[in-house]
Amino acid sequence: MRTHLNTLFINTQGSYLAKKGECIDVRQEQRSMAMVPIHTLEGVACFGQVSYSPYLMAHCAEHGVSLSHFDERGRFLAAMRGPTSGNVLLRRQQYRWADDPQQAAQMTRFILHAKLRNGRTVMARALRERGQTNTALETTVHELGVLVALLDKTDSVESLRGLEGRAGALYWGSFQHLIYQDSPEFKFFGRSRRPPLDRVNALLSFLYAMLMHDVRSALEGVGLDPYVGFLHQDRPGRPGLALDMMEEFRPYLADRLALTLINRGQLGAKDFEVQASQATYLTEAGRKKVIVAYQKRKDEQITHPFLQEHCAIGMVWHLQALLLARYIRGDLDGYPAFLWR
Amino acid sequence: MLVLISYDVASGSGGAKRLRRIAKACQDHGQRVQYSVFECLITPAQWSMLRQRLLDEMDADQDSLRFYFLGANWRNRVEHVGAKAGYDPEAPLIL
Repeated sequence: MRTHLNTLFINTQGSYLAKKGECIDVRQEQRSMAMVPIHTLEGVACFGQVSYSPYLMAHCAEHGVSLSHFDERGRFLAAMRGPTSGNVLLRRQQYRWADDPQQAAQMTRFILHAKLRNGRTVMARALRERGQTNTALETTVHELGVLVALLDKTDSVESLRGLEGRAGALYWGSFQHLIYQDSPEFKFFGRSRRPPLDRVNALLSFLYAMLMHDVRSALEGVGLDPYVGFLHQDRPGRPGLALDMMEEFRPYLADRLALTLINRGQLGAKDFEVQASQATYLTEAGRKKVIVAYQKRKDEQITHPFLQEHCAIGMVWHLQALLLARYIRGDLDGYPAFLWR
Repeated sequence: MLVLISYDVASGSGGAKRLRRIAKACQDHGQRVQYSVFECLITPAQWSMLRQRLLDEMDADQDSLRFYFLGANWRNRVEHVGAKAGYDPEAPLIL
């Protein structure tokens, strides 16, 4: 059984990573800052100007440790992983399904079902926890429920994407009600990306990039091709399946964590920089806070809703990737997407 | 599980070589917390490999090795005071 291993984040500009024995030697300004044995890691995430030796890359590849690169603002640039694992028959079946409109629609339905349900749960919980009536939120919760029911009656990928669009509009339209922080710095008017135009969006985008790194590695770990998706169409350089699988975790993990950080005042206006063009990004210090919170959240134990097993949240995507592989292989009758209760 | 390894390696007659090789084996699996003390967060399988490697390197007539098994709930059993706190291999690792 796999265990949830740590991820090494390199956030200091100008760091250099080298292989030393079985360890990753992190050097900053010619000084060794830490020696981390590679077997305690499952991934290395580098932000901005970080470099490493080819020996280190080979070392990571041999140990199945993924090495991902992001720019200073958390935009995903590249990832490296060792030889493709798993068997080719599984990948072939994945490609066949992606090309088959009926199967693709079925997969899309599984994914969207979880996405919409989890998004709805986020709103419903907030409503309950606050113990106040909020008509806008109540309406959204209700309408998201209606859309979930509609999913089962829709059978083409295009119309399913249409439903997703409507759900997205509803969800993001009500998202501002979940932010209790009254300061004008954290006003949310809707989703914006590339670049994010306000602090909430900057935070969401950064969390999605973190999630992406993890989900992608999990898919590759079971031998699925992260680039061939069902809901997300193929586009060069776009990891469609990883984006598909992220959908079920976005509300549960990223959105909720963003809300926690804002509502508890753990992130302040100073943790962001707003450029003249209104493009907003986390600062180096802000990024660090978010990574710490994200890693802590991943260490929390939950009971997996389908497998009924205790596991760390950081293991959930590995388990989901395994379940997806089993479904594609034909060992399961459906894909049990992650549903938060 | 966390294993704490401390060693005493005799100097003289090849001692320096054994010292270097034992330190290296420990370094490969854990972090050096003091000069001849290492903490290794390790799986039982990895531990049996590391243990064998250490036993192969040492000279039982002159050197001594001590292993302390701190289990999975090692955090309650370790307290650090003073400089060079080291890092927690299970906490967020950000450098």
